[in-house]
Amino acid sequence: MDPYPSRRRWLGVAGATLGGLWLSACDKLTNNPKFTAGLQRAEGLTQRVQRAITDRKALAREFTAADISPDFKANGTLSPPDEPYLALLAGNFADYRVEVDGLVETPLALTLAEVRAQPARTQITRHDCVEGWSSIGKWKGARLGPLLDRAKLKPNARFIVFHCADTLEQTLDGTGQYYESIDLIDAYHPQTILAYEMNDATLMVAHGAPLRLRVERQLGYKQAKYIMRIEAVESLADLGRGKGGFWEDRGYEWYAGI
Amino acid sequence: MAEAERPKRVMIRRHTVVTRITHWLNVLAISLLLMSGLQIFNAHPALYWGAKSTFADPWVSMTRQDVAGEPRGVTKVGDLKFDTTGVLGLSGEPGMQETRGFPSWATIPSYRSLTDGRHWHFFFAWLFVINGFVYLAWGLIGGHLRRDLLPTGAQLKPRHILHEIITHAQLKFPKGDEARAYNVIQKFTYLAVILVLLPAMVATGLSMSPGFNAAAPWLIDVFGGRQSARTIHFIAANLIVLFIIVHVVLVLISGVWNNLRSMITGRYAIEVEGGR
Repeated sequence: MDPYPSRRRWLGVAGATLGGLWLSACDKLTNNPKFTAGLQRAEGLTQRVQRAITDRKALAREFTAADISPDFKANGTLSPPDEPYLALLAGNFADYRVEVDGLVETPLALTLAEVRAQPARTQITRHDCVEGWSSIGKWKGARLGPLLDRAKLKPNARFIVFHCADTLEQTLDGTGQYYESIDLIDAYHPQTILAYEMNDATLMVAHGAPLRLRVERQLGYKQAKYIMRIEAVESLADLGRGKGGFWEDRGYEWYAGI
Repeated sequence: MAEAERPKRVMIRRHTVVTRITHWLNVLAISLLLMSGLQIFNAHPALYWGAKSTFADPWVSMTRQDVAGEPRGVTKVGDLKFDTTGVLGLSGEPGMQETRGFPSWATIPSYRSLTDGRHWHFFFAWLFVINGFVYLAWGLIGGHLRRDLLPTGAQLKPRHILHEIITHAQLKFPKGDEARAYNVIQKFTYLAVILVLLPAMVATGLSMSPGFNAAAPWLIDVFGGRQSARTIHFIAANLIVLFIIVHVVLVLISGVWNNLRSMITGRYAIEVEGGR
């Protein structure tokens, strides 16, 4: 028996009203670009602190063959619908050339065989999706650092951009094309590779054939698949919608270390 | 009853300004962290143990399943399955039900947006961490932890602890001089939350960061891998919610206005027998 039925109902109504106000206030704030920009300032703080406490060359954890996920999840584009990619795939990537250009002294256009002849590295690492799940896989690929040295970066190059074959979202201005970017600290990190093998087999289409980036100290969406062109740039402002990547243009953090 | 025999109300200074400010900043930060955390959880409403996800066999999952041709929200914990339609797995207005882990009234923003959830979460994570450091540094240097939260020798006697448990269960609250200091159950609870639960939240959160993993590989091993760290982060969040519920109920029934005033102005009224 409740001795105060009306008081209890009143408390219930007041609680629901306050809760509703709180939620709609949070939604309103989320939709206010200035407020969201304020929240996003935390990203810069996170990046500076993580970089300050992490050795530039500190390695991501490497696992053993027994740890490899039998069910490594493929996410994002699973099979690029783009005609040029389908043509390359039909020819088993015989006509594929990965271009290295932009702010470099010697632009390159390498076949897969030439990429495979580059200094390589094999690593068993954990892939952490921004959604929260993790899978462990074995990757073999060409180290990005020596490749960039071969192309000779110009002094004003600050970022390395990866242009991908897949259109993940249909847009009128072409900003639905996948791309990603990293800075030179990550580009020259020993574990940063252009992977052409996964779990001792040729990289599958669902995981980014013929070449995918591995930049092990960041989240999954930085690991660009279907790489067609590697461009050295001074600024990210003129690419896509200016935030340095497909998901970054849609609100995700450029520094995906957390 | 004669006037002189009535207990006298005296005001004491209960909470310092640092405790009060850090308390209310924590209320704000933890509420927003909790609700934005559920938004992030909803991006993949499943939990695992170990370093990697075992997608076919999660420890906890919230999914939409068709039961006899009707969509239901099903929550799995270990080998147990529960129908949680309307709250977990499947929720929303009739006819507009959505497949989502936690319902829209529990997440920030209310609609599905992992990126906005992350912006809220990481901003208020910094506030929470800085606020916590200020509180702990001041609590250690200023003596708040030792003076007010460390149980005294007398409080640690088994007979006293048993007595406190019994009076607590009867919802009898200390009066007079006994009300000047925290009782032993309060002290244990606050110390466990302040020194174990809240730091564990930060440590498991950092363990999910691939950047931080490279900087401090030992931390993730403490929790048994990244997916374990995520699961413990979720369990610890549930324990914080449990603490908040008990805390708020006790605040409400042990003199709500007196308690609220003491956490706003610092002044707390106690009744002293035969005062004058």
